[in-house]
Amino acid sequence: MTDVLDIRDLTLKFRGYTGVTEVLHGISLNIRAGERVALVGESGSGKSVTARIVLGQLQELRASRVQGGLFFEGQDLNRLSRREWHALRGTKMSMIFQDPTSSLNPVFPIGTQFHEVLKRRDLKLKREAAFSRAGELLNAVSIQDHARVLGAFPFQLSGGMNQRVAIAMALANSPSLLIADEPGTALDVTVQAQTLHLMHDLVDRTGTAVLFISHNLGVVREFADRVYVIYRGRIVERGPTKSVFENPGHAYTRALMAAVPRITGGGIPEIQDVDVAFFDPLVTHAEVGN
Amino acid sequence: MKRTMVILLRNPLSLLGVILVSLVVLSAIFADIIVPFPEHRGAVVDFVHFNQGPTARNIMGTDLVGRDLFSRILYAFRISLVLGVVVLAIATPIGAVVGLFAGYLGGKVEFVLMRLTDVFLSIPPLVLAIAMMGVLEPTLMNAMLAVTAMWWPWYARLVYNIARSEREEGYVLAAEVIGASTWHIALHEILPNCLPAIITKMTLDMGFVIIIVSSLSFLGLGVQPPTPDLGSMVAEGARYLPDSWWLTLFPGLAILIAVFGFNLVGDALREFLGAEQ
Amino acid sequence: MSPLLSLRNVSKTFGKGDQAVRAVRDVSFDVFEGECLAVVGESGSGKTTLANMILGIFGPSSGELLFDGTPLAARRSLQERSAIQLVQQNPLSSLNPKRSVGASVRLGLDVYRIGDKSERWRMVEDALEEVGLERDFRKRPPSALSGGQRQRVAIARALACQSRLVVLDEPTSALDVLVQARVLRLLNDLRAEKNLSYVFITHDLSVVRNVADRVAVFQAGQLVECAETTTIFENPREEYTRQLIGAVPVVAPEELTLRDALAREGQP
Repeated sequence: MTDVLDIRDLTLKFRGYTGVTEVLHGISLNIRAGERVALVGESGSGKSVTARIVLGQLQELRASRVQGGLFFEGQDLNRLSRREWHALRGTKMSMIFQDPTSSLNPVFPIGTQFHEVLKRRDLKLKREAAFSRAGELLNAVSIQDHARVLGAFPFQLSGGMNQRVAIAMALANSPSLLIADEPGTALDVTVQAQTLHLMHDLVDRTGTAVLFISHNLGVVREFADRVYVIYRGRIVERGPTKSVFENPGHAYTRALMAAVPRITGGGIPEIQDVDVAFFDPLVTHAEVGN
Repeated sequence: MKRTMVILLRNPLSLLGVILVSLVVLSAIFADIIVPFPEHRGAVVDFVHFNQGPTARNIMGTDLVGRDLFSRILYAFRISLVLGVVVLAIATPIGAVVGLFAGYLGGKVEFVLMRLTDVFLSIPPLVLAIAMMGVLEPTLMNAMLAVTAMWWPWYARLVYNIARSEREEGYVLAAEVIGASTWHIALHEILPNCLPAIITKMTLDMGFVIIIVSSLSFLGLGVQPPTPDLGSMVAEGARYLPDSWWLTLFPGLAILIAVFGFNLVGDALREFLGAEQ
Repeated sequence: MSPLLSLRNVSKTFGKGDQAVRAVRDVSFDVFEGECLAVVGESGSGKTTLANMILGIFGPSSGELLFDGTPLAARRSLQERSAIQLVQQNPLSSLNPKRSVGASVRLGLDVYRIGDKSERWRMVEDALEEVGLERDFRKRPPSALSGGQRQRVAIARALACQSRLVVLDEPTSALDVLVQARVLRLLNDLRAEKNLSYVFITHDLSVVRNVADRVAVFQAGQLVECAETTTIFENPREEYTRQLIGAVPVVAPEELTLRDALAREGQP
């Protein structure tokens, strides 16, 4: 079966006043249908730009130079025209962001925004039909009070509510791939836990593949089937979550794991935040089963 | 500073702006040395060469009393620039201080200062200047006073907006927690963050001040003869169009070059300094 | 031992009538010299309002705050201010972008007139060195520093003022994992060296477990539970505390065991 997403040797360079900066040095990753894959790294690792490249938005920047293979459901994204790529966004691939309240349009009620989203699949969709479909989607994210939420503006709802609305909208057109960029980071910890749980169940049910971008190892452990650890534009370790977390092979992954404080205590270890060993070659963990 | 220069010179439009502004400024400074007829900036008559189109002797022609237009235009640049600099040198600090304290302190201070500013802003600028000149004697000093009076509120509004948003920033909170005085916070913490916008606006404003002063002179309310002023020259020459076309065209072009140049530089500064923020 | 900082029945209400918001309700707790007290809560818990009152940004609606036994006035004296300093969450905005790093650190020295004017730059450089930065950083603008370095500068700023109590408001939440570890270690080391007291506000319970001596849990403006760290994590009294710990995304198997154990104990 073809992968939903197949990235091969992706490089990204930016041309600036001072010269060329290489941001991604040839990363490769793949996601199968229904899989939840995490891309873990710190700021500046290149994880967020990778998402934007998959969506085709980064390439619109004049100063950017993107090279490498990008395949979505077997289709070569590099061969698509801008319009064709645009047509995929919101329909077959969608995204949710870190701060749900600011990623929703502040001047339109939620219902109108749902309508906009649903119209991407069906241009002629009427408002009533859109609202009834939105109702089903809201049920899926455990929001019962449809009328109130559809009529409300994002600022009138809580962060957790907006996150669930964003998830519902992202899944509205049954995409094959959902990209989640640090979701829940802006939320309270209990709300984040609930939301992630919800997302977990939902993508299980709908069979949507997820590319989950995060710097939070705990969240990744709870959510992802497989993990790619990215450091300064290079994938340094990859494999099933359990295996990578229990037996980190690469120096950088080991540093990350050691640096995360434990609720069982143990203090804060002395670690180096820069090390030549972080540039060691890729460590791959074997897949379980297959 | 160095980066600013690099950016300004790289972009073709802003480079053009820099060239134009440099031309204007250098002409103004070195007018005495460059111009062929330095005495023509005063009251001089030459009825042998009066009202002539461009020739080798007078590259931009002569005016109705025989004075070389090119010489007068360069001196007029000097007047315009001086006026611009003086007006801005007075209006900017007044406006900035008003806006700074209104924006940072809020409450009653904000109310009083900004309502005062609003009163001035609500009168169309040129109308205010004309009204003032109607009451005062039409001298150069009074023209500058009038233009300054209408100019400061714009700086007050600009700085007010920035100060209001900066006061929510972490570094202001840090200074307040430490217990720094209001004076220190306003002048040493917030004001430096307003400077890029102020500088950009001043650059753009140079062009506008030139136009406003030219407009006042055009109406006879600004610079008085025989002092050369671009606006007055256009006014005088307008009656003789299209025959003595050089009387209006060259001063008009001079205004265009000066204003356009300052606008280009100002735009580039705004884009660059704005991006920094 | 008498506490360094004491809050007695402190309440804070914003607005009037129907619009009134009771941000903090009848809160009492102590902070002892040399200890790190974690203040934990979600949004709406009142922890920011508490921090603001401790820092003297505004006074309580009722109740009092005492420092070293004496009540703190609503309008603080410079001496009172110098004893309590702040390290903020956002390393981007806590330093004035238009002033050098050294100027930001020096501000407290000038305001409190610490040392001789001629010595003050040296004192700034000493403070920068203590937080692991090079002395010549003092001339650099904040934009030339990374997030972790800026947080260190913010810590240096608090140290330079020779404060005794530092309020840390999510000091590492905006930092990367590795950088966070280094800054937390720095904070722990400094506290031990200088016998400082910390009021450490955070939502991150795994950080709390490893930096705090005692933990105060807040919900909707009220103090829910306040106890030693080990007690809070191994034997919490309140259901809300259990919920908070239960929601922490954890990394290691032994943490899962702890979480599950707590969840089971909480079953009615």
